Amino acid sequence: MKDRSLVQIALYAAIFAVLGLLPKFDIPIAGGVPITAQSMGAMLAGVMLGAKRGALAMLLVLFVVALGAPLLAGGRGGLGVFFTPSAGFIFGWVAAAFVAGGLMSLLRRQAVFASALIASVIGGIVVLYAFGIAGMALKTDLSLVDAAKACLIFIPGDAIKAVLTALVAQTVARGMPEALLSRAR
Amino acid sequence: MISLYLAERSWAHGVPAGWKLLALALISLAITPFDSVPLMAGLLIGVLLLYASLGRAALRQVALLRPLLPLLAILLGLHWWTGSLMSGIAMVLRLLAMILLANAVTMTTRMDDMMDAVEPLLRPLAIFGLSPRALALMVAMMLRFVPLLFALWEALGESYRARTGKRGGWRLLAPFCIQTLRLSHHTAEALTARGGAPRGRRG
Repeated sequence: MKDRSLVQIALYAAIFAVLGLLPKFDIPIAGGVPITAQSMGAMLAGVMLGAKRGALAMLLVLFVVALGAPLLAGGRGGLGVFFTPSAGFIFGWVAAAFVAGGLMSLLRRQAVFASALIASVIGGIVVLYAFGIAGMALKTDLSLVDAAKACLIFIPGDAIKAVLTALVAQTVARGMPEALLSRAR
Repeated sequence: MISLYLAERSWAHGVPAGWKLLALALISLAITPFDSVPLMAGLLIGVLLLYASLGRAALRQVALLRPLLPLLAILLGLHWWTGSLMSGIAMVLRLLAMILLANAVTMTTRMDDMMDAVEPLLRPLAIFGLSPRALALMVAMMLRFVPLLFALWEALGESYRARTGKRGGWRLLAPFCIQTLRLSHHTAEALTARGGAPRGRRG
């Protein structure tokens, strides 16, 4: 692996951690629903780095969290988080970044904003929730439908995060096109 | 360094990290098939006794569970709604016990020791050209980037406030990403100039 990839994987893992730790992240709506910016970190990693490096960045986060660093939203961390009902989402970040990154390179001929939005929605919402809901059903003995109900409150926030991710991707594509590694040859 | 590690030593600090991880894995596997309330309550009491034996600082860490309570309440409510209240209670007890048990391992093991304990498991990664030393470097870089990125975010927020008098919020994201990417280019160049990331299986 090249030095640059190595550094960028570490960078996006760190961005993921920072997004979770930012005390108050002003996302317009919310309406009392707890929104962490963290799943946006998975979308960003996939959209910016591409499938393989994006997934590796998320794996690095999981590894460091398992080692005991409280890097998840609200200062959570350690081995305990892998036993919570939302552990499925934690593993889902890896798949989310992978799928988002894969879509981003598949759609390389399309406009950046549109493809980043599609990649974030499919990777960061559809794939992530598939993992999250399955994990919750498994951990809590609820049926998949009931587990899905418990997760649905987060969807509006995640839709906003997908739009923000697409905006960021577009800005970076304008200001620093070579940094959009998911589209580099 | 931020960590959930308890500085105050207890008997569990002396147990090798590998054994603690193995015990955690075995217990979590062993209790998976069971669904009885008394058994899970017993497990939770056992874990709480373990915390008590680790000292007062450890017992205070139980408060870490608080943010989880609303979610557990919703899940329990769903169980009640579908008529399986008892298995819902067992579920909550099992989750609480396992989260606390896993957290106990984290509390009593230093990050370095944890890294050493999992290193043998990471050796197969060499097949993909990733040496454990390169991984250690990435972990270190990531942890170093976190405070750096915080400072960068603060600086961007401050200049935004100076210009507009408002908080930047999500508007800072794009400049933040470009600045951090520039930072990562410099870091990568510096790394290459110093001989690059460790490769292969030396040491």
